[in-house]
Amino acid sequence: MSDDGRSTGNGSDVVLQARDIVKTYGGTRALKGVNFDIHRGTVTTLFGENGAGKSTLMKILSGVEQPTSGRIILDGEPVSFATTNDARDHGIAIIHQELSLAPNLSVRDNIFLGREITRGGGVDYAEETRQTRALLEEMRLDVDPATPVGDLRVGQQQIVEIARALSIDARILIMDEPTSALAAREVEILFGIIDDLTSRGVSLVYISHHLEETLRVTDHAVVLRDGTMTARGDRADIDLAWIVRHMVGENFDLGSPPEGHQFGEPVLAIEDLTVRDAENPERAVVDRLSLSVRAGEIICVYGLMGAGRTELLEAVAGRGDVTGGRILLEGQAIGEHSIRDRIARGIGLVPEDRQRDGLVQTMSVGQNLTLASIRQFLSRGLLSRGKEKRLASSLIRDVTVKTPGPDVPIGSLSGGNQQKVVIGKVLATQPSVMLLDEPSRGIDIGAKAEVFALLAEHARQGLAILFTTSEIDECFSIGHRTVVMRRGRLSAEFGPDAEKSDVMAASGEVLTS
Amino acid sequence: MTSTAAGDTRKSFDLSKLLIEGRAFLALALIIVVFSLLSPNFLTVDNLLIMTSHVAIFALLSLGMLLVVLTGGIDLSVGSTLGFSAVIAGFLLRGVPLDVFGVTLYPSVPVAVLLSVALGGVIGAINGVLVARFHVAPFVATLGMLYVVRGVALLMTNGRTLNDLSGTEGLGNTGFEWLGFHRILGVPSGVLIMAVVALVIAVVLARTTFGRWLYATGGNQRAAELSGVPVRRVTVWVYVVSGLCSAIAGVILASTLTSASPTAGNTYELTAIAGVVIGGAALSGGRGNVRGTLLGAFVIGFLSDGLVLVGVSAYWQTVFVGAVIVVAVMLNSLQYGRPRRRSKAVGTTTDVAAAPAPEPAADRTAHEASPSDSGEPGSDPDSPPDRS
Repeated sequence: MSDDGRSTGNGSDVVLQARDIVKTYGGTRALKGVNFDIHRGTVTTLFGENGAGKSTLMKILSGVEQPTSGRIILDGEPVSFATTNDARDHGIAIIHQELSLAPNLSVRDNIFLGREITRGGGVDYAEETRQTRALLEEMRLDVDPATPVGDLRVGQQQIVEIARALSIDARILIMDEPTSALAAREVEILFGIIDDLTSRGVSLVYISHHLEETLRVTDHAVVLRDGTMTARGDRADIDLAWIVRHMVGENFDLGSPPEGHQFGEPVLAIEDLTVRDAENPERAVVDRLSLSVRAGEIICVYGLMGAGRTELLEAVAGRGDVTGGRILLEGQAIGEHSIRDRIARGIGLVPEDRQRDGLVQTMSVGQNLTLASIRQFLSRGLLSRGKEKRLASSLIRDVTVKTPGPDVPIGSLSGGNQQKVVIGKVLATQPSVMLLDEPSRGIDIGAKAEVFALLAEHARQGLAILFTTSEIDECFSIGHRTVVMRRGRLSAEFGPDAEKSDVMAASGEVLTS
Repeated sequence: MTSTAAGDTRKSFDLSKLLIEGRAFLALALIIVVFSLLSPNFLTVDNLLIMTSHVAIFALLSLGMLLVVLTGGIDLSVGSTLGFSAVIAGFLLRGVPLDVFGVTLYPSVPVAVLLSVALGGVIGAINGVLVARFHVAPFVATLGMLYVVRGVALLMTNGRTLNDLSGTEGLGNTGFEWLGFHRILGVPSGVLIMAVVALVIAVVLARTTFGRWLYATGGNQRAAELSGVPVRRVTVWVYVVSGLCSAIAGVILASTLTSASPTAGNTYELTAIAGVVIGGAALSGGRGNVRGTLLGAFVIGFLSDGLVLVGVSAYWQTVFVGAVIVVAVMLNSLQYGRPRRRSKAVGTTTDVAAAPAPEPAADRTAHEASPSDSGEPGSDPDSPPDRS
């Protein structure tokens, strides 16, 4: 709570005040009474780790979610936003990380989507085109209003989205991770636009994990941790160390990597692996990467969005367009093998997106758990219900899934328990290498601890584990080694005692000074 | 605490589940009661057997269709395949003239039947490869096949019906009527064939690896693939089985009529889909079973035949069947669709073990966040417990 009150002193330039905002989901308190101010014509940046409550706060300010308690005061008047439309009518617009444009429609149609200018019952395309052109000119985006948005680069699409927000006279513009998909040049253009906007009196709220880059546009910084505001400061008074200190906290410990067992031989060896980007064949998402994992070793792969971590794991598991290099499992090249064969040989992947890649929602908990190891309960060519039930029950015990039994629908479990089911499914195949892509994503801290304990236990028994995360603490608390990926390559490697800031620097999150 | 909560939820949903699951059964019972009251001839053994042999044709198509639908696909070519295989059978039985040798070849009945059925499998294999290998949408691939196969059947016969398939004693190709007219213990052979096919498919679905793969493929193809399910192989095979089932139905139909019309089975694909849907399968894949599909086929078959029996005009029959299909699909969306909205509203309270609901991952912004992963239980369309 340092620097408190400094920037709230001058009430006249405060456009929006959020007071004592509390948001609870079930039993989890995502926001625990946060105060937040937005000043006219400035950029307020929200810093915080994943799960700190940044996005929740922004969702509340933009009407996506309603606070459990607390007040929002806009221009001195208390307001409440039941929907995003409400917020928009008050001049608040949010630009999400995932753009919400219709790629098949033109720039013009996207900008006026849902509020078309009509004349005599028909859409006045001429007027729409004229206004679009003016907006684009303002944004210094040189594209024809009739171009389908899908034909634009991501950076250009982002600008179209900003143009749309401005076309509804947004006074407060919230940008959630706007630069994550942009090239360096596009970032410069975006920052130029941000300068323009603030000089016109538009207020911005900016969220980004690229700390150093973000500092360039920041006027006020607010740091959240665990749903609480831990610090607030003006640009002149803050620096990188200040942000990181308040983001991370002083004594944060999830545990330490499992000890007391010897690592075995290298089980998995990746040599010069190159994976082509499915959307842009020119680009390699994994670029001549080499890495080896020994039995019993837990390796954490840290990196920013788009660094190629998911692609690396998927390539090892048998998906993706591998264009070079070799993958060796216990000394044997497996590059030509199907996913199915690789599972049989001992590679198991816990995918990043549980719902999309991990679970069959139409099946029960038990059927999901046993899906990858059907062979184990065949009896004379037919599935044996008894054997299946025994296998499912023992898996439920092993990975401590909280479920009334194997027959309940998978969708009835919480995220953490669903994740354990996916992990159990992979463990049932008795892998020698387990790949986990963001295993802690979307699960609460208790489940996270249980998942980590499970990994530690299997590592002790000789399982080689390669997992990705976006939280450095997770690397230090479970990984024997932390490797950092940046633009498809390994940029650095650390032990569990490394400095967090060094890892951040290696990932590109913080530009090295 | 978690387990009791879950137990309660399950119990309260069991009743509604029973009603929805049993709806095809209730519909069938209703049809039987109503028509028994309207016509004294309806509920006689003879009539029931006759109606069931009509049902057999549709049921065979529906059973093949069920497999395809379970993978999330659809097979529009089954009606055409039925007509095609009937024509092939007729063509073979009337003799294949080999001009080069100046002789005409008369294959025996089993050979003709097996060849016709096998060709149905080939048509299915083409469908399957188009869908699985070349990523043609199932609707489009099988729609194309619908036209191609029908066209070939018409070309082969010049649009005429092939009559008189009884064969000649001297040529050794008699006995084709067996399939259509023979009865074992009073049951028409067509009905028995349907029963055998249904039994085999039921066992495959419930008790074999392939069956489990099939449900997984339809439930979530990506997850199935990552779990080592050979998704492509499964996809090809379901179309093959669908083709085989249609061809069997075609041969039985030709045998019943002792003639093969190139237009036989026109629009039957829609009846087959209707049977599957009435039987409770989800067109989105992953849900459905043989019992339901059979009931669905019986509902449609008994309804049409019953209407004929009580003298309702054919036009009204069409109206009734259509209404039944719509009502069935409505009930389907009750079964699978309704929970979506409810889960958003009350997800955290009914959602069994999801007590600490949307996990504090709400804040996943920077690192490799993917669009579909924000705030799990709420955004998951399949999270509610009232389905299985």
